[in-house]
Amino acid sequence: MGRKVLIQNDKIPGINTLEVYRANGGYASVEKALKTMTPDQVTDEVKKSGLRGRGGAGFPTGLKWSFLAKPEGVARYLVCNADESEPGTFKDRYLMEKIPHALIEGMITASYALGAKVSYIYIRGEYFYVLRIIEKAIAEAYEAGWLGKNILGTDFSHDCYVQVGGGAYICGEETALLESLEGKRGNPRIKPPFPAVAGLWGCPTVVNNVETIAAVCPIINMGGEEYAKIGIGKSTGTKLISASGHINKPGVYEIELGLPVEEFIFSEEYCGGIRNGKKLKAVVAGGSSVPILPADLILKTANGEPRLMSYESLSDGGFITGTMLGSGGFIVMDEDTSIVKNLFTFARFYHHESCGQCSPCREGTGWMEKIIHKFINGTANESDVDLLWDIQSKIEGKTICPLGEAAAWPVAAAIRHFRQEFIDIAKSKKFVDISHYNRLNKIVA
Amino acid sequence: MKVTIDGIEIDVPKGTTILQAARMIGPEVAPPAMCYHSKLKTSGGYCRTCIVKVTQGSAANPTPMPKPVASCRTEVMDGMVVENFINKEVLEARKGVVEFLLINHPLDCPVCDQAGECKLQDLGYENGAASTRYEFKRREFEVIDIGDKIKLHMNRCILCYRCVKTADQITNDRVHGVISRGDASEISTYIENVIDNDFSGNVIDVCPVGALTDKTFRFKQRVWFTKPVDAHRDCKVCSGKSRVWLKGEEVLRVTARKDQWDEVEEFICNSCRYDHKKTSDWVIEGPSPVNRNSVISQNHYEHLNQLKLQVLKQQKALGFMPLDKKP
Repeated sequence: MGRKVLIQNDKIPGINTLEVYRANGGYASVEKALKTMTPDQVTDEVKKSGLRGRGGAGFPTGLKWSFLAKPEGVARYLVCNADESEPGTFKDRYLMEKIPHALIEGMITASYALGAKVSYIYIRGEYFYVLRIIEKAIAEAYEAGWLGKNILGTDFSHDCYVQVGGGAYICGEETALLESLEGKRGNPRIKPPFPAVAGLWGCPTVVNNVETIAAVCPIINMGGEEYAKIGIGKSTGTKLISASGHINKPGVYEIELGLPVEEFIFSEEYCGGIRNGKKLKAVVAGGSSVPILPADLILKTANGEPRLMSYESLSDGGFITGTMLGSGGFIVMDEDTSIVKNLFTFARFYHHESCGQCSPCREGTGWMEKIIHKFINGTANESDVDLLWDIQSKIEGKTICPLGEAAAWPVAAAIRHFRQEFIDIAKSKKFVDISHYNRLNKIVA
Repeated sequence: MKVTIDGIEIDVPKGTTILQAARMIGPEVAPPAMCYHSKLKTSGGYCRTCIVKVTQGSAANPTPMPKPVASCRTEVMDGMVVENFINKEVLEARKGVVEFLLINHPLDCPVCDQAGECKLQDLGYENGAASTRYEFKRREFEVIDIGDKIKLHMNRCILCYRCVKTADQITNDRVHGVISRGDASEISTYIENVIDNDFSGNVIDVCPVGALTDKTFRFKQRVWFTKPVDAHRDCKVCSGKSRVWLKGEEVLRVTARKDQWDEVEEFICNSCRYDHKKTSDWVIEGPSPVNRNSVISQNHYEHLNQLKLQVLKQQKALGFMPLDKKP
């Protein structure tokens, strides 16, 4: 347990430069892939590794790659989704900021496997300083011949570009990202067709998360089978977790999948326990859109088994008693936290970020925010809890893209597990202090 | 390809969407659609009123689709089984969509020119609830002119994107589109630009609600007091086949002809629409078929009985006592 393959070198001074990165075994996967393997062999290794998409959905990467349509004479693209906007998630930023070449190395190796001559990194608008780091790294890679024509003297030529987004959450949805990349308004497309068939400029495209692409390097270096030995069951490999909230040591941690949640929260190696000696109240395990779980359910599953940090264990029990690993935005809340207030923050976010294309999400997210705001200012009735439940159920699964679900799930889970808290506020008509939000609103205004 | 919708099987060519297949069977299984328009490419998928449940994906892969799908954008597969009106879950979901469409709608039908031929009225009547659960202030926008002939009431807009697609596909200089995001989105022209081209008037016809209205007809007459007739004229720009709305001998307005799904059959030019408002300009072919449940049919005796039944049904649902039964 506890092996690291992605950010094990993040403390080495100068690791963001090509020279130091190369000296620490960087670009080995490009050498190995281009010189000794065929593209299909690279894809096979990724398949064998059991790597699953690290952006949130957890779809097997090798399978996604094999779905890529390969018609003759049509360009194919690899697009890296660096539009990390999920509240509570900041792992890609850390990776790109500290070891930018890990991403670029992965982009080259993955592009080789997919036969993509051009790849794009779509980076979030707010990560402007990271953009500079990536641009510098790409320039270094071009200079050293890792990018450009005939890499390492082979037939493989590759160009990698960075595109900066406008700072919209919705552009993290892969088809909205492609629209935005094409220079249009970032609205999700209606699927099918999927990007694997018609993506960027109508050409077959693979969209992968930063961490997924970076994980291709260790897979090729150590071999897919060896990588699959890390982790537990179908959750192979390591995962970057962005731990935040009321813990002693917030930050980005690389964990081996299968680590018990209890150990992750309380051990000194990771989060270091709840701050100020408070008790754990609830955890949002994978970024703001996954269901929140109360302390007893996050530490142990409904069957009484210890909950592990893995795709399967966290989703054990479905949404009734489980949650999702998601993008790894691990938000810990102590006993003093108001779930209603927290939910208001989330609802406000999704209302603000809805693209407005389809009616349930456009109208529903705003409606939910307004009702939750009634709880915050103490004017809600008990019947509002049921109304809220009904609205979320009418958004979930009825929308074009998953933002509808992302907005509905936190509301559903908060009511499911903390209904009493809503009822108490409705009964007592007690005003909850929202000075923090008022301040924010003033800044926005 | 064989597809079964609400228990009725039909053979359709490849590439047909579920909605089109359902319409081939008939109105008894066809889901309502607000944003889909048969003459506009890539329209549909936004309003979500046409959602249906696919209980069998295809003969080859019989697993059901996990979520309800937008029937207007989902192509049929051989052996697909679809449930629309017979599925409670679908009806419930549709009710939710109608509620979402209405929470920010001003419900100003009494002063809206679209009343009587409004798809949202029909939709609300057929699938909506009798009262609202929304208690907050509704969204408000300024009423603006886009061009000298078109008025935009953004309050009434349901963001179906039909006018955007029309402007994209029918007219050559698209100057209007959707600006802003989320529930602040609005149809507008870029920097107060005016819409000025030969076919711009068609955005009025494709608008399912009263958001885009004809300024030459505004407040002239309620549509159910006018008589629609199919007429044509020699036009160099378009086919000249239009629908002319008469009040006595007076031409109150000219629109494109619409099919039984209330979608434009052929787009007409602005000259036909705005500049030819004399009966002598037109060769009248005969009365237009009006076969909708809404109040527009009031002048058409063949539907009167059916309409009375519908009104009675609605009154019952609302708990009203019929007038003649009152003590």
